[in-house]
Amino acid sequence: MAELTYRDAVAAGIAQEMARDESVVFLGEDIGAAGGVFKTTLGLLERFGPRRVRDTPISEQAIIGAAMGAAMTGLRPIAEIMFSDFFAVCWDMIANEIAKTRYMTAGQIALPLVIRTANGYGSRFGAQHSQSVENWAMAIPGLKVVAPSTPLDVKGLLAAAVRDPDPVIFFEHKGLYSTKGEVPDGEIVDRLGTAKVVRQGEDVTIVALAAMVPKSLQAAERLAAEDGISATVVDVRSLVPLDTKTIFEEVRKTGRLYTVEENPRLCGWGAEIASLVAEECFYDLDGPIVRITTPHVPLPAADLLEDNAVPTVDRIVETVRRNAG
Amino acid sequence: MDRATRLALYRSLVEIRVLEKRAYDLFLQNLVKGTSHLSLGQEAVAAGFAVAMRKDDYTFCTYRGHAHTLARGAPMVGVLGELMGRKCGLMGGKGGSMHLTSVEHGAMGSYAIVGAHLPVAAGAAWSAQVRGTDQVSVCFFGDGTTNIGAFHEALNLAAVWKLPVIFVCENNQYMEYTPIREVTAVANPAADRACAYGLEKILIDGNDADVVHRTARECIGKARDGGGPSLVEALTYRTSGHSRADPGKYRPVGELDDWLKKDPVVLYRVRLVGMGIEENALRDIERAVERAVDEATEAAKACPPSGVEVIEKDVWADGGSSWRN
Ligand SMILES: Cc1ncc(C[n+]2csc(CCOP(=O)(O)OP(=O)(O)O)c2C)c(N)n1
Ligand SMILES: [Mg+2]
Repeated sequence: MAELTYRDAVAAGIAQEMARDESVVFLGEDIGAAGGVFKTTLGLLERFGPRRVRDTPISEQAIIGAAMGAAMTGLRPIAEIMFSDFFAVCWDMIANEIAKTRYMTAGQIALPLVIRTANGYGSRFGAQHSQSVENWAMAIPGLKVVAPSTPLDVKGLLAAAVRDPDPVIFFEHKGLYSTKGEVPDGEIVDRLGTAKVVRQGEDVTIVALAAMVPKSLQAAERLAAEDGISATVVDVRSLVPLDTKTIFEEVRKTGRLYTVEENPRLCGWGAEIASLVAEECFYDLDGPIVRITTPHVPLPAADLLEDNAVPTVDRIVETVRRNAG
Repeated sequence: MDRATRLALYRSLVEIRVLEKRAYDLFLQNLVKGTSHLSLGQEAVAAGFAVAMRKDDYTFCTYRGHAHTLARGAPMVGVLGELMGRKCGLMGGKGGSMHLTSVEHGAMGSYAIVGAHLPVAAGAAWSAQVRGTDQVSVCFFGDGTTNIGAFHEALNLAAVWKLPVIFVCENNQYMEYTPIREVTAVANPAADRACAYGLEKILIDGNDADVVHRTARECIGKARDGGGPSLVEALTYRTSGHSRADPGKYRPVGELDDWLKKDPVVLYRVRLVGMGIEENALRDIERAVERAVDEATEAAKACPPSGVEVIEKDVWADGGSSWRN
């Protein structure tokens, strides 16, 4: 058992898969010689060589297009898009080409590829380098969408994503890169489409993703200590496929559902979960479903503003306290 | 060039010509819905390249892709069936006219977002390079495509990585309705850009099947030998409208007639006769092709339409479209 940072777990996951399978290749901007702008890919070029680890020009369409062409002809590429906000400059490749091709060709073309990207708030980089865009990806049929919250899940879900036969968008949270966690030695392969109950409680169920998971856990501790409210926290981990089974089970036990979302309010992933719970668990609910999200704004840069735009521990605690009473 | 190659070229030209005319007739009979983009007048480009390619090479083309798909050997009934939404269509009606794909023939898809497939073709070439095969990737597109970002990203990446890919611009003088010269900073939209990527300027008569074929052989040979990419601009003209709905009113009087004098199919037939190839041999080809297209038409008409059970199939590799458990 070793303690790894979330950042190191990225390189560990990629290395595990590249060592196992010759067809896994890796491309992106500054990922090779420089080891990634977030130092998430250190050592991979040295270990696997320039044939399989390729630094690219600043050409997001070419990066994603090349990954697609490689995936349909026998490789299993991992492509990095430096910041998830940049999806907007290659969205055609992701949303029109990669997502639709298997369907349009009636299964003739398979695209086993992974697009990794640094998502989310916390670096004071301003609106064009900080947004949580997992809900963009979730809206597109044909994309699997994963967003881990711990080093262990990074390694295991990344391995699962690489081995998956379908395109997977892998959202790393840049605010979590320096966090640490235990990661057992040896091969780790997780399963896509599985949520995790990370805290078991009795009164309310909080459903969260990525950086909102540790915040929800902190909020749960405070609710227990200050209000005697016992909260379950579910780490969704995978938006597509979505583990509705686990989510429904935990909602049915407590009768109360809160979603904690970093994406801006409208059409955030929590809205989909809220609608599913309303349709399928309505008679198990003891009160309204409540969504806690970033307001419908681009993210501001200054630390005080950024930290308070996304859901805070205080806001989670107060919202649950107000509604759960 | 030997006799067999010449006859293969002629047969391919005639197949495309007769099939495209049939596709148009089927529109008029309302058996083909939606839109469709014919290569009438441009046959020599698809034929000239396809005859020079190896079975395991890759073709990428646009929504104007009946010709390129057929030329690689895709069955006529699959092409016509797809246009008509039948079960026997190449993709069982899932893709339609603009997305013809036949992976088993190396036809790796027809792409309807202008420029999108250039990076994808580069990716397939990268895959061949990484896997150490000597396959090449050939990518067809229009003059209008030279002004979109993906063109430039793909050319640069292919040049920097020395990829075995041939980019073939079919300059048919028009985008949809606007003459390309009115919106482009250089006279030859592709060839004049080659120098920006350290590539040779290659500007050819795209209506001469021999010239296209010779160019194809040279570029493909160079790519196979590790000599990197080429960018070819083939001058041609589409003698029908941009798509089904277009009567082509924007063309100056006389322009169409001038180009019809350079009809690639007629031109090639005259040349072959002049070289001493017997009328009979050519007439046999023409009759065989007419018969094949008739038979394919009847077979496609007799084939039932794709059933609604396919709507939710083939989003994922497991054959389904489920996004939850
Ligand atoms: C990105 C994008 N913009 C616009 C269109 C609409 N459109 C379809 S075909 C076309 C003209 C393309 O011209 P060219 O590249 O010369 O190809 P041609 O149709 O002449 O073969 C346009 C503008 C599109 N499909 N994709
Ligand atoms: Mg054109």
